[in-house]
Amino acid sequence: MTGMQMAETTERAIDVKVPSLLLRGLRKAFGDVVAVNGLDLEVAGGECFGLLGPNGAGKTTTIEICEGLTAPDAGSVELLGLDWGAGAGQLRQRIGIQLQETQFPEKLTVEETLRLFRSFFERGISVEESIRTAQLEEKRKARVGGLSGGQKQRLAMACALVGDPELLFLDEPTTGLDPQARRHLWDLVEQLKQAGRTIILTTHYMEEAERLCDRVAIMDHGSVIALGTPQQLIASIGGEHIVEFAVTSCEPGAQEASAHDAAHGVVDAEPLKAIPGIQSHRVDAGLHQLSVSELHTAVPRIFAALREQGLHLSEFRTHSATLEDVFVGLTGRNLRDE
Amino acid sequence: MSRWDESSLYQLTSVRFRLLLREPEAVFWIFVFPILLAMGLGIAFRNRPADVLQVGATTAELTRALDADKGLAAATMDEAAGTHALATGNILLLAIQRPEGVAYKFDDTNPDARTARLLADRAVQTAAGRQEAVPAKNELVHETGSRYIDFVVPGLLGMNLMGSAMWGLGFSIVDARQKKLLKRMVASPMPRWQYLTSFLLSRLAMLVIEVAAFLGFARLVFGVPFRGSLWQLGLLCVLTSLAFSALGLLVASRARTLEAVSGLMNLVMLPMWILSGVFFSASRFPVAIQPVVRALPLTAAIDAMRGNMLQGINLVQLAVPVAILAAWLVVPFAVSLRIFRWR
Repeated sequence: MTGMQMAETTERAIDVKVPSLLLRGLRKAFGDVVAVNGLDLEVAGGECFGLLGPNGAGKTTTIEICEGLTAPDAGSVELLGLDWGAGAGQLRQRIGIQLQETQFPEKLTVEETLRLFRSFFERGISVEESIRTAQLEEKRKARVGGLSGGQKQRLAMACALVGDPELLFLDEPTTGLDPQARRHLWDLVEQLKQAGRTIILTTHYMEEAERLCDRVAIMDHGSVIALGTPQQLIASIGGEHIVEFAVTSCEPGAQEASAHDAAHGVVDAEPLKAIPGIQSHRVDAGLHQLSVSELHTAVPRIFAALREQGLHLSEFRTHSATLEDVFVGLTGRNLRDE
Repeated sequence: MSRWDESSLYQLTSVRFRLLLREPEAVFWIFVFPILLAMGLGIAFRNRPADVLQVGATTAELTRALDADKGLAAATMDEAAGTHALATGNILLLAIQRPEGVAYKFDDTNPDARTARLLADRAVQTAAGRQEAVPAKNELVHETGSRYIDFVVPGLLGMNLMGSAMWGLGFSIVDARQKKLLKRMVASPMPRWQYLTSFLLSRLAMLVIEVAAFLGFARLVFGVPFRGSLWQLGLLCVLTSLAFSALGLLVASRARTLEAVSGLMNLVMLPMWILSGVFFSASRFPVAIQPVVRALPLTAAIDAMRGNMLQGINLVQLAVPVAILAAWLVVPFAVSLRIFRWR
């Protein structure tokens, strides 16, 4: 890290007293559809904050209201102590934005695109530095049309960074990327976090939110339904482990004809819920999910209970609880259902 | 980085310019197409020595009399064959020997056939011994400036300025809107006026190349005259281009898809291709619709450019078309700034 960057980091540290983002009573409807329904949020300086939720939960509308691109029907927005009325000119200089699905001109090169965006900012990092940060050195002279999805996304990120923003908005930065490109982008975000920037990102990938965000707001139908650190949220569902299993009946005849039906009807959940350490039980498309706190003692008892009911396990697995499980626990739906 | 490089207006303009040059189709339509068109029209309508007109006659004696005229080439045929030749356009006129004299069969709506009628009758009467009452002789002029190519070059110039300005603005803006690039731009601190101004500036830079290439070609190959002042012609080109840029901006100000803007664009330009006198004089249209025809920006542009190039009139005398163009610049620009959709 250069001396200049360190100086800027300390300068940012002073701003921590003022919340980087303050939303109060935010509402926005498009015709009959209420996209954002009374939202309150506060994000501190230097924090990496995630808006997590399924498609259509209102994440993009919320972030675009924050970015000053959409006017809310009601409520107030404050960024870095400024609002979009009087402070718009100053705010545009101080924030960095990466939108969902921007297509930069295909026939410009990476360098030309960045030089264009750099010219809009009074101060910021050099084009060179932005190319280095986004690891696009080899693609400097390449046309945007020839970049891979991950490279295009890193270019979008670089365009958001050229003004050396105090506050960075990333709207679904890794949607549509392959796992490797996604991990690459996560490394980049980690790096930006370490430089002390405030980052607000939306995502519908729980592992992304868990990995990158200091705090997460889970959104559904335009409201925040849970707010906290990923660890707090996971702890809130009671068990830190999830057991998933599917069963078939023992009679050989029923197995082929209607394995699916058998799985639905046969399990008596009461003996399962009675096992110590099991917090909850739900069934989704034949797959049973138990939220469990004492995995090592609970699992043998689950096996025993199912054997007593004369059931045969066709699937059985356990995993540590994730934000996905939090969402499922709160809404009864999966994040990627829509 | 130099100061010049850091200016966002410069960056926006140079990006615009570069993007256009990297689009091979655009380069073809703007630079090559008008030259090809002028070349084609120049060849098709070149001034040839007066044509020899093909005619037919029913007797050998008549054929000889007609052949004596340098403007006619006659063949002998019977009336049935001659009527067929007339119908298929092989001859323009059939001279039929009748007991009471000579009958001419021809289509009087065809100017060439009418000419053939005059020549044929003169040849027949002369062969019969008619004397001219007044001695007459011809003094021929083949002056530049009154040929079809001279007429059509300002028309093509106007049409080309219209097309490149409207497509250049309309297409790029809607493309950027469709690709969410416009939204990304306004999410940055870029001043919005600079975005629109960059289109006009790159258009003007392009204009210099475009006009110089086309008029240079017309001058060198066809010797098209420039009777008016060149800087005034340049000013007219700039005004025309800006007026159509404003119109293109208006057309593009709300459209969300390229299909929509293409349709609108054609809707706006098609009437002007027909009515504004690119290929023939706009005064051929009925008097009733003349006020509409005159109010169109392309008519005004072409009238002014013909006035400058062919008649050498100055801008003061061209005040009316110039005022019409200025109105077409100011009004659409003001309206589109109000209704422009930035996302």
